[in-house]
Amino acid sequence: MQNVSITLTVNGEPTEVAFAPYKTLLEVLREDLNLCGTKHGCELGECGACAVLLDGQPVLSCLVLGVECDGRTVTTVEGLASDGRLHPLQETFADLGAAQCGYCTPGFLVTAKALLDEHPEPTRDQIKEALSGNLCRCTGYQQIFEAVEASLQSLSAQRPVRS
Amino acid sequence: MNIIGKSRRRVDARAKVTGQTRFADDLALPRMVHCKLLRSTIPHARIVRIDVARALAHPGVHMVLTGRDFPIPYGILPVSQDEYALAVERVRFVGDPVAAVIARDELTAFEALDLIDVEYAPLQTIPSPEAGLVATDTIHEYGDRGNIHKIVSLGFGDIDKAFADADHMFEDTFFYQGNTHLPIEQHAALAAKDPDGKLVLWSSTQTPHYVHRALSKALDMPAAHIRVVAAPNGGGFGGKSDPFNHEVVIAKAAWLLDRPVKICLTREEVFYCHRGRHPVLMQFKTGVKRDGTITGVHLKTLLDGGAYGSYGVASTFYTGALQTVTYHIPTYHFQGCRVFTNKPPCGPKRGHGTPQSRFGQEIQLDKIAEALHLDPAEMRLRIVEKPDTLTANYLRVGTIGLEECIRRVTAASNWTNTHRKLPLGRGVGIACSSYLSGAGLPIYWNDMPHSGVQLKLDRSGGVTAFCGATEIGQGSDDVLVGCVAEILGLDPLDIRPVTGDTDLTPVDLGSYSSRVTLMMGNAAIQAAERARDQLAKAVSAKISVPVDRLVFAERRVFDAQNPTVGVSFAEAVCLAEAQFGTIGTTGSYTPPRSAAKFKGGGVGPSPTYSYTAAVVEVEVDPETGWVLVPRVWIAHDIGRALNPPLVRGQVEGSVYMALGEALMEEQIFRRLPPHLSNALVHKFPSMLEYKSPTTMDMPEVFTELVEHPDPRGPFGAKEVGQGPLLPVMPALANAVYDAVGVRIDEVPITPEKILKALDAKAAGKPARYGPAGFPSITWPETLQVPPPWEGGDGKAVNKGESKRKKAEV
Repeated sequence: MQNVSITLTVNGEPTEVAFAPYKTLLEVLREDLNLCGTKHGCELGECGACAVLLDGQPVLSCLVLGVECDGRTVTTVEGLASDGRLHPLQETFADLGAAQCGYCTPGFLVTAKALLDEHPEPTRDQIKEALSGNLCRCTGYQQIFEAVEASLQSLSAQRPVRS
Repeated sequence: MNIIGKSRRRVDARAKVTGQTRFADDLALPRMVHCKLLRSTIPHARIVRIDVARALAHPGVHMVLTGRDFPIPYGILPVSQDEYALAVERVRFVGDPVAAVIARDELTAFEALDLIDVEYAPLQTIPSPEAGLVATDTIHEYGDRGNIHKIVSLGFGDIDKAFADADHMFEDTFFYQGNTHLPIEQHAALAAKDPDGKLVLWSSTQTPHYVHRALSKALDMPAAHIRVVAAPNGGGFGGKSDPFNHEVVIAKAAWLLDRPVKICLTREEVFYCHRGRHPVLMQFKTGVKRDGTITGVHLKTLLDGGAYGSYGVASTFYTGALQTVTYHIPTYHFQGCRVFTNKPPCGPKRGHGTPQSRFGQEIQLDKIAEALHLDPAEMRLRIVEKPDTLTANYLRVGTIGLEECIRRVTAASNWTNTHRKLPLGRGVGIACSSYLSGAGLPIYWNDMPHSGVQLKLDRSGGVTAFCGATEIGQGSDDVLVGCVAEILGLDPLDIRPVTGDTDLTPVDLGSYSSRVTLMMGNAAIQAAERARDQLAKAVSAKISVPVDRLVFAERRVFDAQNPTVGVSFAEAVCLAEAQFGTIGTTGSYTPPRSAAKFKGGGVGPSPTYSYTAAVVEVEVDPETGWVLVPRVWIAHDIGRALNPPLVRGQVEGSVYMALGEALMEEQIFRRLPPHLSNALVHKFPSMLEYKSPTTMDMPEVFTELVEHPDPRGPFGAKEVGQGPLLPVMPALANAVYDAVGVRIDEVPITPEKILKALDAKAAGKPARYGPAGFPSITWPETLQVPPPWEGGDGKAVNKGESKRKKAEV
């Protein structure tokens, strides 16, 4: 089978990649772009471990074909930190025990980021609903909710003050 | 203390939140090829013929292996060496691996699987332990009798007399359905011949030391030429504690091909690996006095073992081991029986063998309290075992914080104003538990330490801590680093943990039985104290301050009476190295000898036990049977919390997993329609259909940590990874009874079962859903061990029945 070639923006960097056309975005990220931060737990859209942001929206990368991503923007866990500093969600996940084994963590982080991009001050119920497609077998979720809530403070400090 | 007991970011947190943790499937090597396994489609059959010619001819296929290539059996327990990497002559469940394809990529390997022709001669399918007890075909040629893998009967005191002394007798049967670990990471492994020509295996395993031993045996290679590296596990929960066929297969393939071979199981295959919770049918017969004190307990358990031994002998004993550790039971009779069936093998899942009988015992106590008109919390306070006691079955318990746990959860949940006082449809229930802080005996008999730690102190002031313990998400690397940092006065980030690598690290038996914090922690403290002593001697000579006045803190070694007089930690290392040579120390930990000297007494002993109490609140819709859990209060006797957010995470994670088991999770099987072979297959080997709780299902959890340091634990710490799971299922069942007045004597507690019980109640029948009875089993002669208070010395007074064949090779 002949490879297809696409150009896309991955974590802010213009990227060109060639791969077998049947490959999912998950496989392209892990196998062709060496971005192994995105995990797989089922390859059937059941667990949420492979969540990434596609044009800012959370998607399950195991259900997206690589060829669908030509010209689009993908953000993975590797793209959350900037200027050598962790994203506030990464800081609070690390500090508050929201990552135990860490396998589901990348999916939770990008999904939470998408929530906060849309709803800067979500309620606990909104957080639960936004993360309801991400399974975690370690934490019981509570420390994840708390980490998302704790990140709001530093995120709001980062936002420009409206006049 | 500067580190211990303080809430801080775990040492590996940054890697986890940046996606830099290298799990097994994140590893890749040049020239790597991929492996896929062909699995049996028949539950029980002889293999008549395997033809791999077409698969071998498929472009891109490098190798096809079958059972012929793996003649040596292995298994986690020395007495159950009943597994082959690929089936030899016989398959025993749908999913048993039959052949392996190694190809240039996964897709090619998958394609080639379809080109392997296997002819099976089906044998009788044994779908349940009840069927196994009477079946004429046997799944294995070894075991205690027929399809019985293990059958035991242990008597501690005269049970007939104990029951005669009782004011009331209670007899109840319960069923605990099997369920699986469902770690989000699928098992993965990578094997290679290293540049020196030795074998290396990286794997998502909880027990690299045992995998090391199994590989050496199954491949008939010297263990010193095999290196096993445990990659950080993406969740374990007991599911990665066995040596697995896929590990043996790729190790051999990499050896033969002389190129790296990788495998990552699909989610479906993870359901076939299983080794999860045994389905257990159990019967509790309990005698009590009017005030609720127990005169004696007779427990019978029947375990559905699945197709292989795995940890099953230990699991069987564990169903009966810990009842006495929680409550004072002066006379105890335990009978357990594990039967082989044609299903994926069961093994250790969080709580290993104890959640099932804990479920039964705690529901029965609720029934007893109600019959005696006692408050179930008050009654439990009356019967809690006393600290520093030798139990009827010779388990030596240490500190017991259970009374305080009960008081804390009842106070926090407003128990006295809610229990039996809420309106119809709302209820609360209570239950308690205890669990090991590490198994007191190793899996294979030996007198060596269970955990070893080596420290290497660098002139820079950096320290490397080596230990065979395996990071499975529970935070064991952080415990290692925390203990060393506390003793040496360093920041945890000054210490690099190197763990789970049989070439580099001293043996630790692995991340199972809640053993790592206590055993590795004590070994780490010993190693760090030895290093501190060397440094102190050198610094003392340099600054003329007596050794016993020196303090190690804030990366300095200084005079307690005059803190400005001192040296940096790095200088201290240099001084010590100049005086003594290269600075490296070791520490090790061996559990105390067990007081149990009877056959079977090896399962249950632990250096100390943790205790937990939980109150669960439910809302039950009497129309639909739907159960909502708004709140859970849980108090855990941890001894001391080394890093509180991690401890809380283990407690809440246990509550979560327990709610899954209580309400929805089940590893169950169905028959394919007759026109499709009628085979016994997993009902739903997928994450979507195997229901587990999501964020929307999780209640508020109020966690209380009871901290009375136990002198046996590192800085007083006991376990937390498994114990807090145990009381939640029975507390929930007891809450359902409080809410709608029906007893659901089995898990999962589904709406359907609640409605059936409500219907039975409305029809004037017993307001209950659960098993009708316990089958008649011919038990072996009971091994009689008089309890300590009857002059016993931990030995049996009779020989019991001598039993037959073991699969020891």
